Amino acid sequence: MMSEANEHAHTIVGPKVYIAILFALLVGTALTVWASFVDLGPWNPVIALAIATSKALLVVLFFMGVKYSSKMTKLTVFSGIFMFLVLISMTLTDYISRAWGSW
Amino acid sequence: MPDNHAIAHGTDDAAHAEHPPYLRHHFNSAAQQADATNFAMWLFLLTEVMFFGGLFTAYLIYRNWYYPAFVAGSHQLNVVWGTTNTVVLILSSFTMAMGVWCAETRRRRGLVLCLSLTFLFGLVFLGIKTVEYREKIEMHHVPGFHYSLQSFLDPESNSEVYNEYHDKPLAPDMAVHTELYFSLYFLMTGMHALHMIIGIGILGFMIWRARAGAYTSGHVTFVENFGLYWHFVDIIWIYLFALLYLISRHQ
Repeated sequence: MMSEANEHAHTIVGPKVYIAILFALLVGTALTVWASFVDLGPWNPVIALAIATSKALLVVLFFMGVKYSSKMTKLTVFSGIFMFLVLISMTLTDYISRAWGSW
Repeated sequence: MPDNHAIAHGTDDAAHAEHPPYLRHHFNSAAQQADATNFAMWLFLLTEVMFFGGLFTAYLIYRNWYYPAFVAGSHQLNVVWGTTNTVVLILSSFTMAMGVWCAETRRRRGLVLCLSLTFLFGLVFLGIKTVEYREKIEMHHVPGFHYSLQSFLDPESNSEVYNEYHDKPLAPDMAVHTELYFSLYFLMTGMHALHMIIGIGILGFMIWRARAGAYTSGHVTFVENFGLYWHFVDIIWIYLFALLYLISRHQ
């Protein structure tokens, strides 16, 4: 447990990757602003949140280096976000079903 | 150093010769220390996710509840300022990531430059936020005693917004709920701005330390973990921008 098996070689991510991600994030921003000018009805929020989530994913994986980090970090990040989604969906489930049958 | 520790490692001199000066004695190796610190930083960020998550959930539910008021409130925000700030923050995240790379590859001047640019972009973001807040104050859109419903009861009185969205007047009992939209707007962007202010303060400290070569001699944990914090603040803004500025433009 306390031996080298628990450790990983620290990966240094270079400028090329960071520049590519910067470019992708700027394109994502342009895309989401452009999409907000188009009337897509109920799909406007869906598309805006999908693009925001893709951008957040790029930041987490590359800028924050989760892609190159240890399994423990990956598990920590994943379980945290999963727990957050559980809390949000349970809150919304409660909210949606509170007046169930009384209309 | 306590005696028992010295016994465990042989003599004091031998114990210190084996490891770099920044390695704490309760860790086996520098790599283990870095892993543990990284883990702790992520745990802190997860508490931040839960904190902002509560605000996002409140926004989601109230938007559903008082939908017309939230749409009308959202139309008062300026998409150009919002987009500019998003770009500024993405650039600052990029310079921060480059700063971590400079620290890892021991480039002192590069690190100072990257941290200074991040610091500068942070200030630009707050400057633009100030312009936006000031407009809200002038329009009496700050919740409280001076809050005014005029923009919502008589949309044509605000020609700039009206020409873009052609909003219909809200009924008075719905219009009062625009105050809730702005309460959440100021709470969420304000908490985000507070995180930026704290980050900029720490950046100032780091620039001062980096000039002395503190992070370019192998010990990069502080720069790395601050980078995680800064990127996290960027992610929060990515969602705030989508939720507050973009999703209600055609409703």
